[in-house]
Amino acid sequence: MKGKALDGMKVLEYAHLVSGPYCAKLLADLGAQVIKVEDPKDFDVARRREPFFGDVPDYERSGLFLYLNTNKMGITLNLRTTTGLGIFKELIRWADVFTENNPPKLVEELGISYQDLSAVNPRLIMTSITPFGQTGPYRDYKGYDLNCWQLGGYGHQNTNEYPSILFADQRRPVPLKKGGKHADFQAALNGAVATMCAFLYRERTGIGQHVDVSAVEAVASTMPDNIQYWTYQRQLSGGPRTYPLGPLCLLPCKDGYVYMWIFEEHQWERLVQMMGDPEWAREEIFKDRWVRAQNFEALEVLLADWFGQRSAQEVYMEAQARGIPLVPSNDIQEVVNSPQLQAREFFVEIDHPKVGSLTYPGAPFKLSETPWKIDRSAPLLGEHNEEVYGKLLGYSTEDQRKMKQAEVI
Amino acid sequence: MEEFALEGIRVVDFGWYWASPYLGMLLADMGAEVIKVESLQRLDTVRILPPYPDGQPGGLNRGGIYNMYNRNKLAITLNLAKPQGIELAKRLIAVCDVFTENYSPRVMKNFGLTYDQVRQVRPDIIYASLSAYGATGPEKDYVCYGGPQTYQSGLASVTGFPDGPPVGGEPYGDPTAGLFAAFAVLAALHHRSKTGKGQYIDLSQWETLVVLMPEAVMEYTMNRRIRPRMGNRDDIMAPHGCYRCQGERSWVSIAVGSEEEWQGLCEALGNPAWAREDRFSDAFRRWKNQDELDKLIEEWTLKHTDYEAMQILQGAGVAATPCVNNQQLVEEPHLNQRGFFVEDDHPEAGKRTIIGVPWKMSQTPGGVYRHAPLFGEHNEYVFGELLGLSSKEIATLAEEQVIY
Repeated sequence: MKGKALDGMKVLEYAHLVSGPYCAKLLADLGAQVIKVEDPKDFDVARRREPFFGDVPDYERSGLFLYLNTNKMGITLNLRTTTGLGIFKELIRWADVFTENNPPKLVEELGISYQDLSAVNPRLIMTSITPFGQTGPYRDYKGYDLNCWQLGGYGHQNTNEYPSILFADQRRPVPLKKGGKHADFQAALNGAVATMCAFLYRERTGIGQHVDVSAVEAVASTMPDNIQYWTYQRQLSGGPRTYPLGPLCLLPCKDGYVYMWIFEEHQWERLVQMMGDPEWAREEIFKDRWVRAQNFEALEVLLADWFGQRSAQEVYMEAQARGIPLVPSNDIQEVVNSPQLQAREFFVEIDHPKVGSLTYPGAPFKLSETPWKIDRSAPLLGEHNEEVYGKLLGYSTEDQRKMKQAEVI
Repeated sequence: MEEFALEGIRVVDFGWYWASPYLGMLLADMGAEVIKVESLQRLDTVRILPPYPDGQPGGLNRGGIYNMYNRNKLAITLNLAKPQGIELAKRLIAVCDVFTENYSPRVMKNFGLTYDQVRQVRPDIIYASLSAYGATGPEKDYVCYGGPQTYQSGLASVTGFPDGPPVGGEPYGDPTAGLFAAFAVLAALHHRSKTGKGQYIDLSQWETLVVLMPEAVMEYTMNRRIRPRMGNRDDIMAPHGCYRCQGERSWVSIAVGSEEEWQGLCEALGNPAWAREDRFSDAFRRWKNQDELDKLIEEWTLKHTDYEAMQILQGAGVAATPCVNNQQLVEEPHLNQRGFFVEDDHPEAGKRTIIGVPWKMSQTPGGVYRHAPLFGEHNEYVFGELLGLSSKEIATLAEEQVIY
C-alpha cells in the first residue's frame, strides 16, 4: 500500500470556523496526524453553522464542520485552567506544527503566543491565521470573512458592471463577496503553503518559526492586475472595466447561461465557424481581439441572438469540440452530477457515526505516489479524549474522570 | 545572509497566463530558482496585456500582470515546435527538481513531454500539471481559463444578487490553482526527501474552486437544496453587508456576529430609537428584517467616509472595513505598515508598487529580490552556465529559431 506524503507530521490545531481548520485539513488529508483542540463549551463555531444534515441544527450535523475536519482527531480541553494549559503545552512538545486563528490578544491572554510556545518547543512551527495579521494598527480589529474580502480589495472586482447591454438593468455597483467564505479559504491555503515551506526548512535545519497569515493580504494577492492598474496607469478599479480584448462575456441561452473568454484569434475564428460564418463577423469593427473589445456592445447583441436560440449544454459541447474556451454557468446540482467530475472520482463518500454516509468534495489534485485519502470522518466533540489523554499522554482513567468533572477536558 | 525556505530547489515552468506562473511566483518568493520557458512561437499573451506603464503599451516587457506574477524568476526562450527545442528542454529538465505546466493534457503529449517521458531524463522529477479539467475524464481536452472557471465550477451560481445573473469572470481560479499546486508540490518535495521518489501531480482547476464551496455542495448532497445567490448576506449574521458612504463609490463593510457586537453597533450609531424596537431585538429578528435594518444603517454610513465609519465602528468593537478600490489598497495604512507592498524597479516599467510575499515568516521571510525577467533575459545563464552550451552554439540555435 502506498503511504501519504505527510505521514509522520504532527499537527495541533486550536481554531474556529474555516481558516485554521481548513489549513489543518489540507495537512491531515495528506497524512499528517492532526489533533484538533476544542473548548468543551466554546467549541468550534462551524459546528453551529448550516447546512445541517436533514435540516436539523445539531453540532454533530453541520456540513461545513464535517467537511473542514476530516482525518483529524478531536479532543476537548479548557485552556483557561492551569491543568488544561499544562496539557496543551505537553501537546505542543509533541507537535511539529501548531495552527490557530484566534485574535492575537486572546492568544497572549491564554499564554499560547509564539514566544510562550517556542520556549516549550523551540522547533515548533506556529501558523497564525487572522484577519489582519500579527502586526500593524488593525491587528486587534475585528474582521469576519466579508470584511477581509472587502479590505483586500476584491469586492470591486465583482461588481459585474461590465459594459453590457443585456445585463444593464441588473447592474449594481455594490462591491460583492463571492458565495461562501473565500477570504477564509484563501487565508487557509496561504497558511498551508507557508507552513509547508517552514516544514521543509525545518527538516533541513531543525529551526522552527512563526508564520503570520493575514486573510486581507491573502485576498489582495489573488488579483493578478488590481493594484497595477493603479500603480502602472493610474486607473481605478470598480466600475466598467474589463480586459481590452475579447469577447469575454456572459450570454443567456434558452435554458441558462454560457460564459466565454476568447483571448486568442484562432479561438475567434472557430467561434465564427460554429455560428455558421455570419457576414457580420467579418466586419471591420470585429476584425481583431482588441477592436472586438472596443465594440463589445455591438458584438454582444449579435452573439446573444445566436446563443439565445440554443441550450447551454448543446453550445458547450459544440464549442469545446472546436477548442473554444466556452463553458456553461453551472449550478451546484450540475456540478455534483458532472460526468467529468464523476469520471475523476472527485466526490467521495464518507461515513460518519451521526449522519451516515454523505458525499463530500474530494481533493482538487491527484498525487501518483502518495494518493490523497480520507481515513476518518470529522471527530465528534471530544471523540478522541481517551486516545489522546490516555494513550498518547499517559493520564490514568481516574485522572481523566476527575479532569472531566473539573471541566478541564 | 538571509536564508530562504526553498533554497536549492530548481523549477522549470512551461506554463503561461496565470495558474502555473502563480505557483512559480510563490516558490520563487521563497527562494526556489524558477525558470520560465517562453517562445515567440507561442507567446505568453500576458506579456502584452495591460496595465502598461503610464498606459503605454509596446514590446514584450511592459505588461503589469506579467511583471508582478513573474518577479524573482528567470526567463528563457525556447521553441518547442523544433525537435532541437525539445532536446534542450529535456536537458534543462534533467537539472530541475520540479516541472510545471498548465495546458490541457494534449499539449505536453504533442511535445513529447508527458510525465512518463520526462521521468526518463529525471527519474525523481515532481511534475505538476495544472490543467483546467484534469488529465483524465471525458472533458480532459476541453479548454478553459480561470475566468470562465468561476462559471463552470458553480461558484458564480452562488455569487451575485437573487434577482440578478450569476457573477464571476475574474481569473480567480488561477491563483487558487497555483496555491493548491504549491501545496501539493511542497508535500511531494517532502516525500521525495524521505524516499527519493518523485511523482506526478494532476490538478484540475475546476476542482480547486469546488473545494472552496463546501456550504453549497454539502447543502445539495445532504439536503438536495440549491443555495441561492445572497449578495453580501450571511446565513445567520445580520447586519452583514456593504453600505454606501460619503463620496463616490465609497463603501464600508459591516458584519455583526454576536449580541455584544450588536450593542456596540447601536452605541456607535448613537443609540437611535429604532435600534431598540422589537423588530431588531434579537439575532433572528435582525436577520428576518435585514432589508429594513440595512436601510437604517446606510442612513448613518452615508454621513461618514468609509475610513471614518471603520474607525468609529471598530472603536465600538464592531467588525467593519472599507471596501477598498485599488488606489485605496495601495495606500492602505495598515498594509503599508506591515510591509505588504514592495517597490519593484523594472528596467522597462520603472519603479512600480507591486504586492509582496503573501504571508510573513519569522525565520525565512523570502521576498522580492529580482524584477520580472525581460523576454529571454536569462538565455545565457541557463543555456550557457547551466547546460554548458558555448556562445557560438547559442548564437547558432538562435539563428535556427530554436532559442527563439
